[in-house]
Amino acid sequence: MQRLLSSEFVHNYRHNIPAVLGSLLVLAFACLAIFGPLLVWQDPYDVSQLELMDSFKPPVWLDGGDPHYLLGTDGQGRDVLASIIYGARISAFIGIAAMACSCVIGTTLGLISGYYGGMLDAVIMRVADIQLSFPSMLIALFLMSAFGNGIGMILIALTAVGWVVYARTVRGSTLSEIQKEYIQAARVAGLSDTEIIRRHVLPNVLTPLIVVSTIQVGSFILIEASLSFLGVGVPITEPSLGLLVKEGFDVLFSGIWWTSAFPGLFIMFLVFGINLFGDFLRDELNPRLR
Amino acid sequence: MAEPLLDLRGLQTHFQTFGGLVKAVDGVSFNVKAGEIVGLVGESGGGKSVIGFSILGLVDPPGRIAGGEIRFDGRDISKLGEREMRNVRGRDIAMVFQDPMTSLNPVYTIGRQMDEVLRLHTNLDEAARRTRCIRMLEDVGISGAESRLDAYPHQFSGGMRQRVVIAIALLAGSRLIIADEPTTALDVTVQSQILKLMRRQVQETGAAMILITHDLAVVSEMADRVVVLYCGKVVERGLTEEVIRSPAHPYTRGLLDSIPRITDRQRRLRQIPGTVPDIRTLGAGCSFRGRCAHAQPLCAERSPELVPVRGSLDAACHFPLQEAL
Repeated sequence: MQRLLSSEFVHNYRHNIPAVLGSLLVLAFACLAIFGPLLVWQDPYDVSQLELMDSFKPPVWLDGGDPHYLLGTDGQGRDVLASIIYGARISAFIGIAAMACSCVIGTTLGLISGYYGGMLDAVIMRVADIQLSFPSMLIALFLMSAFGNGIGMILIALTAVGWVVYARTVRGSTLSEIQKEYIQAARVAGLSDTEIIRRHVLPNVLTPLIVVSTIQVGSFILIEASLSFLGVGVPITEPSLGLLVKEGFDVLFSGIWWTSAFPGLFIMFLVFGINLFGDFLRDELNPRLR
Repeated sequence: MAEPLLDLRGLQTHFQTFGGLVKAVDGVSFNVKAGEIVGLVGESGGGKSVIGFSILGLVDPPGRIAGGEIRFDGRDISKLGEREMRNVRGRDIAMVFQDPMTSLNPVYTIGRQMDEVLRLHTNLDEAARRTRCIRMLEDVGISGAESRLDAYPHQFSGGMRQRVVIAIALLAGSRLIIADEPTTALDVTVQSQILKLMRRQVQETGAAMILITHDLAVVSEMADRVVVLYCGKVVERGLTEEVIRSPAHPYTRGLLDSIPRITDRQRRLRQIPGTVPDIRTLGAGCSFRGRCAHAQPLCAERSPELVPVRGSLDAACHFPLQEAL
């Protein structure tokens, strides 16, 4: 621990204001998502706790604001702050779970591609190229509208979009790692290909994945929000931040701006924080940029 | 006389490339007896390393073993399946690589990498494996071996790492060690330490060693016998002493002449004129004829066979050199 604290990594982190800001943002959002339900008095999805009389209350600092509802309420009398906190949990879950799925699948394919080469490599990489030639939003949108919505489907769609980045990153590092003699040495020692990939190649290609994963969580949250906004994302029973924005958007032009603006701001700061931290990690872990 | 530990008979390793078939190893025969060090010498691209990888069955496509036998301990291991071959690798035959900077995995401790070999090829329990690793590190001259087990490769210097690599190669009690340019990447002072270490280890364990190098000085210090390769073929082989003192093949002579000597007042170092020809475009005749001072019309017509010349020397030359006096 002492060694970690005095390391170059921590030193650079402390002197990098955007990185500190970004990680503090992420940390704050994480705390809010984890402990948030304890902080707000209302569960917005428990109908018995809703007061229809309190619908469309503006934020507390405006005329007619109710100190019960810091950021106002929506058409069903749901506290916007509570909705955001519950929605952030869903958004964050989808972002992280989709990142994990595409990381596992993309890394596996990238390792196979880079290690074995040949036909297998050509096929995997061409599929990746084809995929990259379409905007990821478009692919996700197509998959969602073709196969229906739900959190499971979103995860599948995001994974289908996200594996490519991992596969290409891992393939690249694998290609440079297997040139090194320790891979030859492992073969000479009598290890099988699977053992070599798992025990020797994988640990050496992990570093860039940390960076990719951070950025991916941010972009997955954004894609999911867009999908939900377009109405092909999460079901109405499990509203993520994107769906909240959409819900609020319907009444935006009648002057009730707070139901969509606050979830929107929340998404913005969340992804901003993640990207700031991701950029720092990229600069720090990429030897070429130092 | 007992059968040699390793007996290569007419080994052919070919690479199919876009530019044509490359016969990287073209009918190489030599043998290695237990407890013996055989030096494999030649210029870059002469097929030295390919022979090492062929013996281990690790020639990657587009390369393949096109012919010949690799008899190890009485059986032809070039015909074994991948699964059986994995048992030969590491246990019966081990290899030491050129670059100690990359031949250890940077993310694992030395101890873990040593343990991997033992776990794979022995039935020892964890404590016994650890003891063996420590003893092996001590044998290769690493002090404080017990604490060094938990160190990572980057915490070692180049020479130290090569000691570790050698320790790993010796760990499973292999009977044949293929050392591919083991000292090329090291400082000259460290080189001689490592060479002495390898020589001592071979003598103590009774293992055999194939020493692949381009450095005749290393060979003269280490090897019992020498095999000189040129363009994938053996051009000369024999006892080290005889080859060094009075080679029969002009190519070997040229290699020896290009070693600088401190007693030599000559200003310019003698060299072999020309470069190694493109193996793909070799026609009939001796592949060295274009660079040979003694070439005759016959050399372009017929490829010389490897035949006994004098003493222990075999050479593939129509006009072998006379014994130096």
